[in-house]
Amino acid sequence: MGILLYRIDDRLIHGQVVVGWGQPHDIRFLVLVDDLVASSDWEKDLYRMAVPPEMEIRFADVKTAIRDHATYAADPRPGILITGEVSVMHRLVSGVKAIGSVNLGGIHHRAGRKEKLRYIFLTPEEERELLVLEAAGVEVTAQDVPGARAVPLAEILGGEPG
Amino acid sequence: MSEGEAPEKARAIVVGHGEFSAGLASAVQQITGMGDRFICLSNTGMAPGDIEQTLRSHLAGGTSVIFTDLPAGSATLAARRVARDMPGLVLVSGVNLATLLDFVCSSATSPGEAARGAAERGRASLVVVERH
Repeated sequence: MGILLYRIDDRLIHGQVVVGWGQPHDIRFLVLVDDLVASSDWEKDLYRMAVPPEMEIRFADVKTAIRDHATYAADPRPGILITGEVSVMHRLVSGVKAIGSVNLGGIHHRAGRKEKLRYIFLTPEEERELLVLEAAGVEVTAQDVPGARAVPLAEILGGEPG
Repeated sequence: MSEGEAPEKARAIVVGHGEFSAGLASAVQQITGMGDRFICLSNTGMAPGDIEQTLRSHLAGGTSVIFTDLPAGSATLAARRVARDMPGLVLVSGVNLATLLDFVCSSATSPGEAARGAAERGRASLVVVERH
């Protein structure tokens, strides 16, 4: 099984991840890749308290996640790997050639970002990074929940907000 | 939610996904006429920092209780961050209608006490009925 979904979501662990994706796919472990969270016991406790007992959560900074990716991928249980930023996923994918697809699950408004979809806002630099990922052979789609349509990157960047 | 009325009555923030909070408050209003005790917020379309900031701005008015829906939800995580540096704040996750009804009807001497009692009532209201 290993990692079923590589997701960029600035809320990190939340309802869509734990319940929306977690229950139908019987997700048994989460890998939260975030340098800040990985270095803070308080942050790690916060996210541990948010996941159900049957779901393991692991924390890693980007360097550790690159080093340990083969372990995540070989895990017999289904899992989800989450980053909060496009740049973090970009760094991860640059160090792990085995990642073939990236899911944009929720990137919300902040200064410098423009709306692409209802739940996807991107800066020009983030757009560029996603195009670099796709040019490297990684399929990039936006899909907040399993029942929604997976929107291809070209459509995300080229279309009207919707 | 207007300020300055019925200060002896407990007030709280209800925050969750979609229209969850507004729906619960409307049910409380229908049953008791006290749905206006709640500040109803939705996390829809909000970044984590925005949820946290919105909670802080409402709590600045003196509210000391937050009800959220999912323990794993972004609203609950934001409320936990707020609670970290706000002593006395009471957070109840997994809220349901029975919880809020008990809260508004409570004769407890503090909102926190009312929230703790309401949480027990809400937990007890989950009953499985099945016929074998």
